[in-house]
Amino acid sequence: MDLTLKPVMNSRLLSQTESPQPDGSADIRLDIQLDRGDFCLAANLCLPATGVSVLFGHSGSGKTTLLRCLAGLERASGNVNFGQQCWQSERHWLATHKRPLAYVFQEASLFDHLSARGNLDFAASRAHKRKGPQADPAQHHNFDDVVEMLGIGHTLERYPQQLSGGERQRVAIARALLSQPQLLLMDEPLAALDEQRKQEILPYLERMKTSLKLPIVYVTHSIQEVTRLADYLVAMEAGQVVAHGGLADTLSDPAFPIKLGEEAGVVLEGVLQQRDSQWQLACLRFDEQFDLWLRDCERPLNSAIRARILARDVSLSNSRHHDSSIQNAWPVTVESIHDSDHPALALVRVRAGSTALLARMTRKSVAELQLASGKSVWAQVKSAALV
Amino acid sequence: MDLSAADINAITLTLKLATLVTLVLLVISTPIALWLVHSQSRWRPVVNAVVALPLVLPPSVLGFYLLISMGPNGLIGQTTMALGLGTLPFTFAGLVVASVLYSLPFVVQPIQNTLASLGQRPAEVAATLGAGPVDTFFRVTLPLAKPGFLTAAVLGFAHTVGEFGVVLMIGGNIPDETRVISLQIYDHVEALQYDQAHSLSLLMVGFAFVVLLALYGLRQPAGGRSWT
Repeated sequence: MDLTLKPVMNSRLLSQTESPQPDGSADIRLDIQLDRGDFCLAANLCLPATGVSVLFGHSGSGKTTLLRCLAGLERASGNVNFGQQCWQSERHWLATHKRPLAYVFQEASLFDHLSARGNLDFAASRAHKRKGPQADPAQHHNFDDVVEMLGIGHTLERYPQQLSGGERQRVAIARALLSQPQLLLMDEPLAALDEQRKQEILPYLERMKTSLKLPIVYVTHSIQEVTRLADYLVAMEAGQVVAHGGLADTLSDPAFPIKLGEEAGVVLEGVLQQRDSQWQLACLRFDEQFDLWLRDCERPLNSAIRARILARDVSLSNSRHHDSSIQNAWPVTVESIHDSDHPALALVRVRAGSTALLARMTRKSVAELQLASGKSVWAQVKSAALV
Repeated sequence: MDLSAADINAITLTLKLATLVTLVLLVISTPIALWLVHSQSRWRPVVNAVVALPLVLPPSVLGFYLLISMGPNGLIGQTTMALGLGTLPFTFAGLVVASVLYSLPFVVQPIQNTLASLGQRPAEVAATLGAGPVDTFFRVTLPLAKPGFLTAAVLGFAHTVGEFGVVLMIGGNIPDETRVISLQIYDHVEALQYDQAHSLSLLMVGFAFVVLLALYGLRQPAGGRSWT
């Protein structure tokens, strides 16, 4: 791997999303540097005050260190501001226990000498001590609601040693919520769990994301967690922020600096418009005009859903094919053509309305279809998955 | 087993000394152990070595230097005299000071090892949940490190009960003041009172066995630790 530090390479991406919230009043702003000899971290970021911001990168990219700096567990130089509240500046340092945040660690971090209930009470009894800038009584997390939301009612009288890995992590998340944070930091909360436990916890995280008005900064190296949870994406490499912006913008940028290979693709957000019970299909309508038909799911009509379309599942043609097995085809405009991970392949960015898609195909196809920027073509989507 | 009044006095004195020394040691060893575990200072190895010195020094050497420094011409002696306390050698207080130094590594090291194996994580978790440093120490660190503190207390107590050389150098052999069990046994043997020596010695053997039994009982894992 190339270890030299790269400058922020994607100026278009950065300028496009410089300020996630125009007023900027409640944003999380950090500008920090940390030099540990063999590892340098430098980040200048403004994260939105709502939704899930994901710090994404390979291991060793500095995402966990950045999160620890935000929490005050690591002492970097620079500034950290949470809304109107200064957490760190040249002359000022707010200790971790005074910052209105909670932190979910990668491995089980429950106190072994306390039962699950004892762990939750530990957090609840200290919650009043730190009032942040915008403490809102309406956002108070009620003990019973949190226990119910994370499905840990049966674990309360047990000790951490008697819980499964997934249960421990759910208790840890509940404990974090009961400390009534105004910012939730999560450091790869699923990484230490096996695939089955991950699938068990992800729905709880999605439920938290939709039902709580709590900004979350989430560290992961898993593109699956990115597509399911992220609203805002920060890509990191070798201690530097290499791209950041809204999820749809960053993932659909062919120049996205973290190579995803087969996993390259976009995430569409839309509404569950209708379902076809005869064929067990559901229709996701995005951009208010395009319909994406996919396998039906349990979710109710009109709920907001996400689908992931991989670049390798999108093909382009000059005319509409009516004799194809493919259900989803839309007229699109070619925006740009980029290199892919193999010299024979190209990534083509196309636009359907205001939504960008990526299509991966051979260079030969690009030449034979005479694809060029501005050309109108049809995009066929072979498969898409709800996330 | 028949114990004379002098034997009983020696036993009482020994228990009083060991209890007091253990309490003092727990209070001063905790900050030393915390510092040794968390400090990045280059003085750390030096402090580690100084704390461990009594482990390798003959008690007579430690006693000799303590005798000199606590005497009227020594640094400690001058200080205690300036404070109007007189000099410490051949007093119970002097014995306490000497025993604290002599047993220090036996208390610092178990606490230090437990704190080191606990790592920073519990304290970090507590901080992210809004607990300040003092709160964290009493509600998280102390309960989690309890086995280490118990081991430290048992070892410190037992080691103080068993000391001989330092007591002889510092305390002399004054009844009810500095004559502890080990000196009482020595006196019995000197006077060829082997029966009395037997009674006290057997008592010590029994005590030592019970202490070690308790210690190994404590080290039974009471459920796996998830802190790594």
